[in-house]
Amino acid sequence: MKRDWLPLLLIPVLGLAALPLVGSAASWVTLTVAGLAMGLMIFIMASGLTLTFGLMDVLNFGHGAFIAVGAFVAASVMLALAPWMTADSLWLNLAAIGPAVLAAVVVSGLLGLAFERVLVRPVYGQHLKQILVTTGGLIVAEQLLKVIWGPEQITLSRPTALRGAFLLGDIAIEKYRVLAVVVGLVVFAGLALTLNRTRIGLLIRAGVENGEMVEALGYRIRRLFVGVFAVGSALAGLGGAMWGLYQETVTAAIGAQVAVLVFIVIIIGGLGSVGGCFIGALLVGLTANYIGFLAPKVALGSNILLMALILLWRPQGLYPVAKR
Amino acid sequence: MTALLSLRGVETRIGRYHILHGVEFDVAEGGLTMLLGRNGAGKTTTLRTIMGLWRAAAGEIRFDGRDITKMETPDIARLGIAYVPESMAIFADLTVQENLVLAARAGPPDPKRLEWIFGRFEALKRFWTLPAGFLSGGQKQMLAVARAIVEPRRLLLIDEPTKGLAPAIIANMIDAFRELKDGESTLLVVEQNFAFARQLGDAVAVMDDGKVAHQGGMAAFAADSALQQHLLGMGMGEHQ
Ligand SMILES: Nc1ncnc2c1ncn2[C@@H]1O[C@H](COP(=O)(O)OP(=O)(O)OP(=O)(O)O)[C@@H](O)[C@H]1O
Ligand SMILES: [Mg+2]
Repeated sequence: MKRDWLPLLLIPVLGLAALPLVGSAASWVTLTVAGLAMGLMIFIMASGLTLTFGLMDVLNFGHGAFIAVGAFVAASVMLALAPWMTADSLWLNLAAIGPAVLAAVVVSGLLGLAFERVLVRPVYGQHLKQILVTTGGLIVAEQLLKVIWGPEQITLSRPTALRGAFLLGDIAIEKYRVLAVVVGLVVFAGLALTLNRTRIGLLIRAGVENGEMVEALGYRIRRLFVGVFAVGSALAGLGGAMWGLYQETVTAAIGAQVAVLVFIVIIIGGLGSVGGCFIGALLVGLTANYIGFLAPKVALGSNILLMALILLWRPQGLYPVAKR
Repeated sequence: MTALLSLRGVETRIGRYHILHGVEFDVAEGGLTMLLGRNGAGKTTTLRTIMGLWRAAAGEIRFDGRDITKMETPDIARLGIAYVPESMAIFADLTVQENLVLAARAGPPDPKRLEWIFGRFEALKRFWTLPAGFLSGGQKQMLAVARAIVEPRRLLLIDEPTKGLAPAIIANMIDAFRELKDGESTLLVVEQNFAFARQLGDAVAVMDDGKVAHQGGMAAFAADSALQQHLLGMGMGEHQ
């Protein structure tokens, strides 16, 4: 069976190309793990967005709001459970992180449901209005975050068990990044299994290709869309919580900042493709870290450059979705 | 004979274009009605309007005595109407199997029925686990038809099923449609292949410029070459 593996090759190619430039193997491993961790966090935040676009052509510029809400909710819970966070016990640390992440996921998911109902539903099929309305939603959300949590940035520190690094010889790998990689891979595997092995997953993939035909087979695509929107928002909340803990600061602008990376990733991947989104996220994470080390001054533009190069190669993204 | 499907005064607009101008015809239960007409006459638009994929701006569509004009597409499908679009609209990223699994709403496809389908469209069995995007044009057409008949449906709306098919497969399709219309289903088929239309059709409705210009039995229409010349621009005899 012919499957398109070329885009997947880009990841090892990028890694190997960076090795001689970075020079030291130890730094290269550290950077690579950092890149994968960053990439997987972005993937978690981006996966839902690419599906909602694929299913109903909805351009949601407000996605960053769910990221920010996730970060704030998780930060609040962790601050409230500060004694457990600083305790010298992995289990107590987890007992703080668990509820924090759960709360972030639930609140973002519910917010996603409300956002879909109030803002997105009235503008189905109207791209310009979608951009205006969802951008407006993001701005309102940012201001509400400032009202609720105050204008100052929130500083939080990682729990004791997730500070520091594993040392393998002269290679240092930050513990938190390993966790981020593991969570990212679990989310990816869960999505891949759902999309490939369940009836709902089949419907989502079919709907991304041709929603009209899915309806003509007797399925209500809007219901499917609402579900995907809510799950995508919840995942954005999870990613936001992880990102906040990664940065150890949370501000109301976090959503808009990360959303830029999220959009680059889903464009690179091909709108509607979860597999493409996964590869795109890893490429963006790795590039940001390698370039940040090699040429910090141009780091900011490096992801845009990456996107431009990939679109020159594949104008519809790595895995263009066959439409209609 | 009672009509399973009837259209009265159906008007459809697409954007600012007025495409259907009061379409009226009946599809008798338990037979095969051919919907003919020149390119651009409005055949595809008519099928899409029945399916609720375009909204009728005026008029009434009844299925089994029930007004379905304003119903949503999934609800129309759930009444037992299946649609094979002109573009086929197979799901390219899904395997042949997954395409049929989705089309079978009631549960896993019935193995006996699958064997019946494989008997007509052998390629589907051969490429069962291949993503449908890799099928040839003719094989995609078979899959599109198979998707509509993987479970029993009361009414099949089929838009140009023979397009791009080899003659041997067309013969299989004729057999399949015959069995369906003699058994569980009523068919409304849009067709350009006149030999095919004539062999299979019990009744005919001919569209011209967004209206039905003629409706009647297929035998009488096939015998009237002046009428064919007038409505289709050619006699059926020339195209056998
Ligand atoms: N999406 C659309 N937007 C604008 N006009 C359309 C659209 N779809 C169809 N039309 C117009 O409506 C008219 C009828 O089209 P339709 O596809 O129903 O014809 P048809 O009888 O199926 O033709 P063919 O035999 O070529 O398939 C044509 O003039 C066509 O140009
Ligand atoms: Mg047509």
